[in-house]
Amino acid sequence: MRYIDEFRSGELAQKLARKIRHATDPNRQYNLMEFCGGHTHAIFRYGVPDLLPKNVHFVHGPGCPVCVLPTARIDQALYLLEQEDVILCSYGDLLRVPASHKKSLLKAKAQGSDVRMVYSTQDALKIARENPEREVVFFAIGFETTTPPTAVAIKQAATEGLSNFSVFCNHVLTPAAIQNILESPEVREIGTVSIDGFFGPSHVSAIIGSRPYEFFAEEFQRPVVIAGFEPLDVMQSTLMLIQQLNEGRYEVENEYHRVVSRDGNLKAQALVAELFELRPLFEWRGLGQVPYSALRIKQPFNEFDTEQRFNIPEIESKEIKGCECPAILRGAKRPRDCKLFGTVCTPENPMGSCMVSSEGACAAYWSYGRFRNVSPESDLE
Amino acid sequence: MLMCLAIPTQIITVSADQQGATVSIDGIQKEISLALVEEIAVGDYVLLHVGYALSKVDTVEAEKTLALFAEMKGLETMEPLK
Ligand code: SF4
Repeated sequence: MRYIDEFRSGELAQKLARKIRHATDPNRQYNLMEFCGGHTHAIFRYGVPDLLPKNVHFVHGPGCPVCVLPTARIDQALYLLEQEDVILCSYGDLLRVPASHKKSLLKAKAQGSDVRMVYSTQDALKIARENPEREVVFFAIGFETTTPPTAVAIKQAATEGLSNFSVFCNHVLTPAAIQNILESPEVREIGTVSIDGFFGPSHVSAIIGSRPYEFFAEEFQRPVVIAGFEPLDVMQSTLMLIQQLNEGRYEVENEYHRVVSRDGNLKAQALVAELFELRPLFEWRGLGQVPYSALRIKQPFNEFDTEQRFNIPEIESKEIKGCECPAILRGAKRPRDCKLFGTVCTPENPMGSCMVSSEGACAAYWSYGRFRNVSPESDLE
Repeated sequence: MLMCLAIPTQIITVSADQQGATVSIDGIQKEISLALVEEIAVGDYVLLHVGYALSKVDTVEAEKTLALFAEMKGLETMEPLK
């Protein structure tokens, strides 16, 4: 497809690999964190590490929406399904994420709960229109990319007077999470994780623009390059980060000009601002409680807020013993450090959220990275 | 499914109220929402995510980026990677 295939060319990848080799200083290490699971996925799928010098390392970040959702939120959705006669709609991956006590939304569905997978918030609205006597709850997750479509749906429900529709809002914010990682003891004090620079999110940035990263490039003195999700985008951005580090610069640069501007999508931003406000505190798996890192529905739209509409108690979740997702999400451990990886835990039978979504580091290692040490070669054509 | 993934697709038709459009993905026509973008015309490429166009793809910038990848200033003499 256009604007995809060109950015996967093996010939250009070889050129970029040579440029990177040429630019790399053999006497130093380059630890580059890709915040987004979309980058993690591309890096593994196309075997990008095999094209790079050994002293360039990718550190995987927490930017995988299903991975960072705390288990308690799924437990709460399961509680709601048990207590009330609701239709629960959600995006596909979420259904398979393990909840406490070996439950999941998929298992609840198998046991008779009305859980439906939707592709778009428009599908959820449609289900609400077709079932006026039932309560329809949309389990909303995701970063800034996925928030505007939720905002459109709430607005539309308000306009149409679709009073049986509500949103269980779990939308989270990228800049707050990046800041949290940079302030974490592992990075700051202990020094077990070293991060020299960041690949900035692709599609999150299409919405929020590149401006929000300017603060911590400056504050934490780390370069940020907004990178597209295709393998050549990742390689070009790697080169740009290496150049900045060599020159001692820490700026926000944009490799993904074809989609991202400094200001982002103002229409989407205005809509999000109209419908949502910041939560003072929200829990992320792996990062713990992060201040001002998530959104809730604003007061005039309370009627469409599942948490206002139903009595949902706080639930203390039970995590699977041995799952290292929290440390992996902070960049402090790698999937292979987990004893369950590939034995007990596989994509068919995930024990933790990082194995569910193809954006999760464990799933990416499982699908593409397992044999890398045996036969290193890149998949770029 | 990649939650943050969006793909470039070309607009085939735009609805009269400018709120919806059809695109073709691998030969299959799909209805999408234009509620989050402005001034989209037939032939434009947009980034499609969970049924919504998130932004226009700037095709001029796309070509520039590709040209940048191919640029080989001073590297002609390096032998290729094995
Ligand atoms: S391999 Fe499975 S159990 Fe281990 S950290 Fe990853 S998701 Fe958790």
